[in-house]
Amino acid sequence: MSVTRKPIATGSDWNFSVLERFDEELARLADEYRLDTYPNQIEVITTEQMMDAYASVGMPVGYHHWSFGKQFLAVEQAYKRGQMGLAYELVINSNPCIAYLMEENTLMMQVLVIAHACYGHNSFFKGNYLFRAWTDAESIVDYLVFARKYIAQCEERHGVHAVEQLLDACHALQNYGVDRYKRPSPISAEEEAKRQDEREAYLQTQVNMLWRTIPEPPAGMAPLPGSLHSDDDPLGLHSGGLYPSEPQENLLYFIEKNAPLLAPWQREIVRIVRKLAQYFYPQRQTQVMNEGWACFWHYTLMNRLYDEGKVDEGLMLEFLQSHAAVINQPGFDSPYYSGLNPYALGFAIFMDIKRICETPTQEDREWFPDIAGSPWRETLEFAMRNFKDESFIQQFLSPKVIRDLKLFLIVDDDQSEMLEVAAIHDERGYKRVREALSSQYALSVREPNIQVVEAAIRGDRSLTLHHIQDHRRPLGRSVYPVIRHLQQLWGFPVHLVSMEEGKVTRRYHWPVEEDSKEVKP
Amino acid sequence: MTYFIDRRPNAKHKSAVNRQRFLERYRKHIKRSVEEAVNRRSITDMERGEKISIPAKDISEPVFQHGQGGARNIVSPGNKEFLQGDKIRRPGGQGGGGGAGEGGASNQGEGSDEFAFTLSREEFLEFVFDGLELPHLQRKPLKSLEEIKMVRAGLARDGVPSRISITRSMREAYARRIAMRAPIKRALKEAQEALAAEERKDPVLRNPARIVELKAEIERLEKRIEAVPFIDTYDLRYHQLAAQPQPSSQAVMFCVMDVSGSMTQNHKDIAKRFFLLLYLFLEKHYEKVELVFVRHHTAAREVNEEEFFYSRETGGTIVSSALNLVNKIIEKRYPAGQWNLYVAQASDGDNWDDDSNICRDLLVKQLMPQLQYYAYVEITPHDHQSLWHEYETVAAQFPERFAMRQIVDAGDIYPVFRELFKRRLSQER
Repeated sequence: MSVTRKPIATGSDWNFSVLERFDEELARLADEYRLDTYPNQIEVITTEQMMDAYASVGMPVGYHHWSFGKQFLAVEQAYKRGQMGLAYELVINSNPCIAYLMEENTLMMQVLVIAHACYGHNSFFKGNYLFRAWTDAESIVDYLVFARKYIAQCEERHGVHAVEQLLDACHALQNYGVDRYKRPSPISAEEEAKRQDEREAYLQTQVNMLWRTIPEPPAGMAPLPGSLHSDDDPLGLHSGGLYPSEPQENLLYFIEKNAPLLAPWQREIVRIVRKLAQYFYPQRQTQVMNEGWACFWHYTLMNRLYDEGKVDEGLMLEFLQSHAAVINQPGFDSPYYSGLNPYALGFAIFMDIKRICETPTQEDREWFPDIAGSPWRETLEFAMRNFKDESFIQQFLSPKVIRDLKLFLIVDDDQSEMLEVAAIHDERGYKRVREALSSQYALSVREPNIQVVEAAIRGDRSLTLHHIQDHRRPLGRSVYPVIRHLQQLWGFPVHLVSMEEGKVTRRYHWPVEEDSKEVKP
Repeated sequence: MTYFIDRRPNAKHKSAVNRQRFLERYRKHIKRSVEEAVNRRSITDMERGEKISIPAKDISEPVFQHGQGGARNIVSPGNKEFLQGDKIRRPGGQGGGGGAGEGGASNQGEGSDEFAFTLSREEFLEFVFDGLELPHLQRKPLKSLEEIKMVRAGLARDGVPSRISITRSMREAYARRIAMRAPIKRALKEAQEALAAEERKDPVLRNPARIVELKAEIERLEKRIEAVPFIDTYDLRYHQLAAQPQPSSQAVMFCVMDVSGSMTQNHKDIAKRFFLLLYLFLEKHYEKVELVFVRHHTAAREVNEEEFFYSRETGGTIVSSALNLVNKIIEKRYPAGQWNLYVAQASDGDNWDDDSNICRDLLVKQLMPQLQYYAYVEITPHDHQSLWHEYETVAAQFPERFAMRQIVDAGDIYPVFRELFKRRLSQER
């Protein structure tokens, strides 16, 4: 062996000075690879603290809510009965980037986690366009502190129960608290606190305006097709067009700005839940990329440490074993199968991009003329920065990875008796598999598409939403509890209409229609 | 830039508030599970947590999601034998594929899973006490694990004057005196010998200056010897006390229950909580608590717990048979001098009319003089019969140690023990 091994430490025990020396080495290597990261704040915590962190979805400071307690109990139960190992690390998209290490990890694990979280995830948070556009790493911790304080104050003033009910309702809609296409203004705790009183007053006047005065209908605007009133209204009293004038996908935003009866503090809490949902929005869309990127870098960095003789064989073997476990992908028919493993998929794609850059085959040149033979580090950086799971897979999933993972596409149509294998890992199937897998990660496909189409400001103040159905997939049974929550926030009846290709397939109402008829005079 | 922070010493139980909120919100569910656990468990086995299950649909957090049906595409890994165009039968029941890649799609609804978690020992007892309407002041002493007693544990250099160990202090002082004087004494001896040698010399050869010097030295040394204190604060030794968990001694608890036909299972469940509370109390205060179960109808028998609570018999009721048996067992196995004796009796109040005054005499003359406490509950919504009235005269004679009460549900149990708990609490202060 050419290198003389001078391992920084051996065995499985660690201490802070050893960790610091490993971190220095990793930082040096990361710098060599031009990984751009936030400063790291590495916190060593106990198992119980890790379960806490888990329960609060990794927010270092969280407001109080029973659902986090439920989460904690579930994690605790699973952990105690050995059904689940705790994650070895948890990392928070903030500046400095906070990473948690569990105290009972072995030395190898700690080094692996530092490489994975503090250099992998960290650089992803800093570089990826979604995180850059949607989250504000500088201020998130401050904002969480602000949110916690504000909600605690509300609990004191208005009672724990009232706040809890409101949060329940907001949580039910939090996946619909995000503007998908426009960049939100960054959140800043200081400003929030400063402007909050102002905003309370202002918001209320806005809402009052909306409901007090009936807006002038824009001249010459024809009643929209499907408008509820057009035929029975010869004088055109109701023909003022719909409000909102365009469908709104951000339900919580719409509620915050337009719900007639919410008190200012309630609007503020809606806003808090919405802001936090927005903070987590990029994470929901970049799981494969984020984990793949982090795995790629821990793999690369650990191998470099080994090549330079900074770690011994024992540690390296332990690393390889745990790395293999992380990126293991059981087949669909395995008892251990629980869906595609984002670590495995992401790692495979990033490794494959590197391969395509360094040693492209004829196939690669056909499929990826742009990147075949290009410098791998730049190409990888480009892929990390400018994509989300959906587009990343569409762009970079290569035939080789499809073959390696033996991916295949099944069409499950409730109108036919059998499932159909629509494509497999062969020449005819690559594109279809890639397309299908890409859309499998698209939030717009994963979650039902639901938008506010009308608030009846001239009528009974009811709120109408449309569910745009896709491939006849109906809403799950949870729809009633959710629209009940929505109705609580809105304060007036809520109608949800499932549509497919312009035709109504199903209507949901809350309160359930018979009741509301009785209530009306 | 990297900072390492050791957070381990920091705030534990960060989720405690959320956990409490959760328990509060699902109080009803949890209470039901705890009640079941109490009925199921032995009354000596309340000192551990309990696994609680709540139907997952009751605690789900709903969000909009896709339901079953329609057409969907699923990409899965690990294809072995499929070719494009193959048709596969749907895997049994559920719609195909198990929702590959749809993270979170299965966290509710389908499958009707139970949400299971574990209550800690404290939380469990808290729920038990809740049903018994135990005042909060009483809950803590019952939940705390051990009684503490201060015991001597070696010596220490500081303490309060009343705990000085005289022998050890004097021994220390003696040793110190020897140690401090030894070098001075040696020097003194040398000086005296030098002086003697000087004085033995021929007067012409004597060095007067040397003699003066030696005499001064001797005087100085003698003073120094005197100055060594007889006792110093340095020498003091104190007996040290250490807190040691120390339940006081042993007790035996007699559970006496009427099992005649008129006692239903519901009566017995209430009785079980009655015995349970007394047991928890005794367990806190005695090192060893033995349980004796005596059941009776027209004749009494000593049985094990299982049989005591769960087997049924029919027939009339003669309470004195049980009291006699208790008395015999005490004589034979638990002499009053060595055991603290407690009797808890549960009945529905039925008794043969001419047996009740026998019971009273038995209690007043034989049992009560030996017992620490006698608790009687009558589980009936009906009017009292002769037994109750006879017991009332006993209660009048032993107001401190005889408690009786009519109860309809578990919440009425605690007042029976009120005196007992109160006394204990005032003793502790």
